Amino acid sequence: MIRTATAYAPLAIVALLWEAASRLGLVSAHVLPSFSAVMAALWELLRGGDLWANGLASLGRSLLGFALALLCGTSLGAGMALVPALRAAVDPIVQIFYPLPKSALIPLVLVWFGIGDASKVFLVFLGCLLPMILSTYNGLRGVDPLLAWSARSLGASRLAVIAEVLFPAALPQLLTGVRTTIAFMFLLMVASELVIASNGLGYLIGELGDQGSYAQMFAVILVVTALGFAADRLFLAFSERVLKWRA
Amino acid sequence: MIGIEIEGVSHGYQPRVGPKVVALENINLSIPPNQFHALLGPSGCGKSTLLFLIGGFQTLQQGRIRTQRGEVRAPGPDRGIVFQNFALFPWKTVIENVRYGLEKKGIRGTEAEQRAKHFIDLVHLTGFERSYPAQLSGGMQQRAAIARTLAIDPDILLMDEPFGALDAQTRRIMQEELLSIWRATQKTVVFVTHDVAEAVFLADEISVMSARPGRISRRVQADFNRSSDKNVHKRADFADMVETVWEMVRSEVDEARGH
Repeated sequence: MIRTATAYAPLAIVALLWEAASRLGLVSAHVLPSFSAVMAALWELLRGGDLWANGLASLGRSLLGFALALLCGTSLGAGMALVPALRAAVDPIVQIFYPLPKSALIPLVLVWFGIGDASKVFLVFLGCLLPMILSTYNGLRGVDPLLAWSARSLGASRLAVIAEVLFPAALPQLLTGVRTTIAFMFLLMVASELVIASNGLGYLIGELGDQGSYAQMFAVILVVTALGFAADRLFLAFSERVLKWRA
Repeated sequence: MIGIEIEGVSHGYQPRVGPKVVALENINLSIPPNQFHALLGPSGCGKSTLLFLIGGFQTLQQGRIRTQRGEVRAPGPDRGIVFQNFALFPWKTVIENVRYGLEKKGIRGTEAEQRAKHFIDLVHLTGFERSYPAQLSGGMQQRAAIARTLAIDPDILLMDEPFGALDAQTRRIMQEELLSIWRATQKTVVFVTHDVAEAVFLADEISVMSARPGRISRRVQADFNRSSDKNVHKRADFADMVETVWEMVRSEVDEARGH
């Protein structure tokens, strides 16, 4: 407990410096509202219904896109790792699309899917798909072939080796991939909602900024940060539990 | 009853750069059942390749390999293998590792539990059933791997430098324990090593291999593994044979270097 408190002490220092900078007039309150003003705005937001409604809308659509990407990404990545013909067909496409910033596709996706949920779900899906494909592919390809040989000589069929050896052995890298993908999910969620949405946290940030309600805007940014951080910690705790065999 | 019959086996591979490498050239070897046979040679002589071909892990390019069960075409539980780096399933506990092959044979429940326990006791890992491989020392991991392989009761035990990654003391103890297990179970063993004293201590027969192309250049009979003498290593006849076999290996190394 004390160790955790010490570990996050730098955050408290940043908050103090932030407060001091605005109080001493080093930065204008228009550019950077004081920490206490942001906290007050956050309290107001938490008591009202807007933040919750927009938060639920954001999480609902991005979790859907993420889940679809998880399903398709692991299937495609596994297919690439296990079926050479599929690898030959899919690999060039993956290589080309990997470095493309998916947010560049936002205007196009707006035309395709309109302003409803579908466009955001699709963007999150796109952003999460490639890291999932690649981590599954690399994870499976990186498995020590002797593990598969061991299983075969112990009587396992080729199919059993895939399910019982390749996937469990690739799990550490798969979970690392999922963790990276969670970060992509939040990124695409906010970016797409900033541009095309009538609700959601990204939309709220844009709206509050346009209105000049900077304290509230910062409060929502903090909420998004906290959500991302909590999701990452939760997933990390889950991973450690699943991978308890790694001494 | 046959052990392992190897006839006219040649094997090569194409590296990324340079000419094709002939790893094995026209290997003919007949290993009788229950023999402890050592494949001894310098690194790059293809001894592990030959072992993997017997295991069915690599596809035969030329020649044939037969066992009591017929032609070798794929890996199977009649030929158990132990690798230098153990290749235990790291996400399974010791007993889960040992049970894996038993479950593949359709042995489940308490019977699997008891049989797994028996082999864990045999390799002196009692008390570590619920440990994960990463929590064990190298020697203990290799004991677990040996128990896992013995549990499926293979006719043939293939061992690829199984004690190569262990420290000298542990290696010596493991060699002695392997011999007593082999005497009790009477399996055909093919043991790959580059350690001359290890080969002389363990094997009934040693095939000395030459490098590039890999061939069997000499066959040597030994019988120290049948001795109950605890101090075999100190005996003069043991030292003599190690010296003789070492000379054979050295001449192969020199030849490969072009002396």
